Amino acid sequence: MGNDFLLLTAEAAAEGGSAFAAWWARYGSMLLEGIWGTLYMTVASTFLGYLFGLPMGVILTITDKDGLKPNAAVYKVLDIIANIVRSVPFLILLILIRPFTKVLVGQSYGTTAVIVPLTIAAVPFIARMVESSLKEVDAGVIEAARSMGASTFQIVWKVLLVEGRISLIVNATIAMGTILGYSAMAGAVGGGGLGDIAIRYGYKRYQFDIMIVTVALLIALFQIMQTVGMFIAGSLDRRKNASTTE
Amino acid sequence: MDILVENVSKTFVTKDGTVEALKHVTIDIPSGDIYGIIGMSGAGKSTLVRCMNYLEVPSEGRVLIAGRPLGSLTESELRAQRQDIGMIFQHFNLLMQKSVLENVCFPLYIQGKKKAEARAKAEELLEIVGLSEKKKAYPAQLSGGQKQRVAIARALASDPKILLCDEATSALDPQTTSSILELLKDINARFGITIVIITHQMAVVREICRHVAILKDGSVVEEGEVAEIFSHPKTDVAKELIRKDTGSDALALSGSSAKNAQAEIHSGNIIRIVYSENSAFEPVISNLVLTFGEPVNILKADTKNVGGVAKGEIILELMNGSQNAEAIKNYLRERNLAVEEAPYYGE
Repeated sequence: MGNDFLLLTAEAAAEGGSAFAAWWARYGSMLLEGIWGTLYMTVASTFLGYLFGLPMGVILTITDKDGLKPNAAVYKVLDIIANIVRSVPFLILLILIRPFTKVLVGQSYGTTAVIVPLTIAAVPFIARMVESSLKEVDAGVIEAARSMGASTFQIVWKVLLVEGRISLIVNATIAMGTILGYSAMAGAVGGGGLGDIAIRYGYKRYQFDIMIVTVALLIALFQIMQTVGMFIAGSLDRRKNASTTE
Repeated sequence: MDILVENVSKTFVTKDGTVEALKHVTIDIPSGDIYGIIGMSGAGKSTLVRCMNYLEVPSEGRVLIAGRPLGSLTESELRAQRQDIGMIFQHFNLLMQKSVLENVCFPLYIQGKKKAEARAKAEELLEIVGLSEKKKAYPAQLSGGQKQRVAIARALASDPKILLCDEATSALDPQTTSSILELLKDINARFGITIVIITHQMAVVREICRHVAILKDGSVVEEGEVAEIFSHPKTDVAKELIRKDTGSDALALSGSSAKNAQAEIHSGNIIRIVYSENSAFEPVISNLVLTFGEPVNILKADTKNVGGVAKGEIILELMNGSQNAEAIKNYLRERNLAVEEAPYYGE
């Protein structure tokens, strides 16, 4: 444990209170704020990531050469964009687009500002995951829908997104976990949240106790998200969960 | 509705070159018929049936549904036309995440029908296919036969005039196959729907189809009434398909017993006799043996249901070096039996 904790333990012993209570009194609200900041960044970025990434993934799926509406030009453009963004390391992207962030949000630091690079990094990543989920959908079912006279839009809406939903949810869970990790990285440039606290206290001031607590909290958040996501996916799956009827 | 496939060719371009899946195929399927298209795998059957609803667009030729060429339709007209053409598949292709009822509702939702209206119609159809009590189940809980029944109900939801069946019974056991074929026959009789059946099993064609086209390497090699082709197959493909026809009612032993018999006589002089039910009164084979004073070996004897009529089939092997071979054949022909040389049975 860090030096601060020992100091506080000594203080607390002198005062007769518990060491933890004293420690919490000093850092508790900061940590809670950090949890909130991390959740805010992660959830908002995931949401915005899907807002753009889901349509992008759908378009990638249907314009691919075996897709419903093959279009080499559209596919290639989106493909290249996705590859460019994904090949820039997140930390570099974060700094690279600071001017753009400033224009968009008014400032280039803080939790809200970090949502901009997080979303930009998440969109192509999410699009790829959506594409892979939708390509898993049985081609026979798509053919059946075409034989019934379904339009491309109806096939996307009523077949691809419905039949691919379990894979989409599982992948959304993975995407959220990845964004959570990225959000911690954003702490390096004053992004706020738990990552920010870990870097400011644990790295710059050598307060190892804070470092360990923030890491533990990040792990706990990740685990909760993962568990909830998998539970939702599992309970919605009518292939495995066939005994559940409406 | 009738279907006219006119000089249709389909060429696929692959990395390894071009593949001619269909070569100048012309078939005319009358309204209300049950029409079989049979062939070995790779003969182009599935491509041909997909040309009938333009899931595959022919490279050449035309497809006319009730006189209307599909190639002349706009995309939205084609989608509307497809609602008149139901289709079922070998692997059922149901929505795995939707209940049985919702699967049957699916084509109705596509047409923009309201939920209540769609459900009422779907319940009716599930009644017809005998699956009312499974409406809340999911496809994963059903057997293959039940899944195909759901698929049939789904295909009927848009009140089609044509039903295309692509190897619809190939994934099912013989008993389930029979019950699905019964259902299709019933639907054909009740609603007058034209049914096109793609299969590689002669037993399927025999049990349900009125007409059949035999496809080989993308071309139609033989076409006509099922009863006629069964009695007088002309091409080697037809003969081969009939030989392989060990459907649910055929003797499972035929293969091994034929092999054993060959060891004793093995003349290779094999004939196939086909007779209809009413000619089974005279003890033809006994009389034949008495008349010619020489034994014949029965390799296989069977009665098959051809379009609801019982057809007998006997495969005879004549004595080695028999002088009476021609006389025996004439003797049988005189008794109105269809006789043909069938050396392919000795293989």
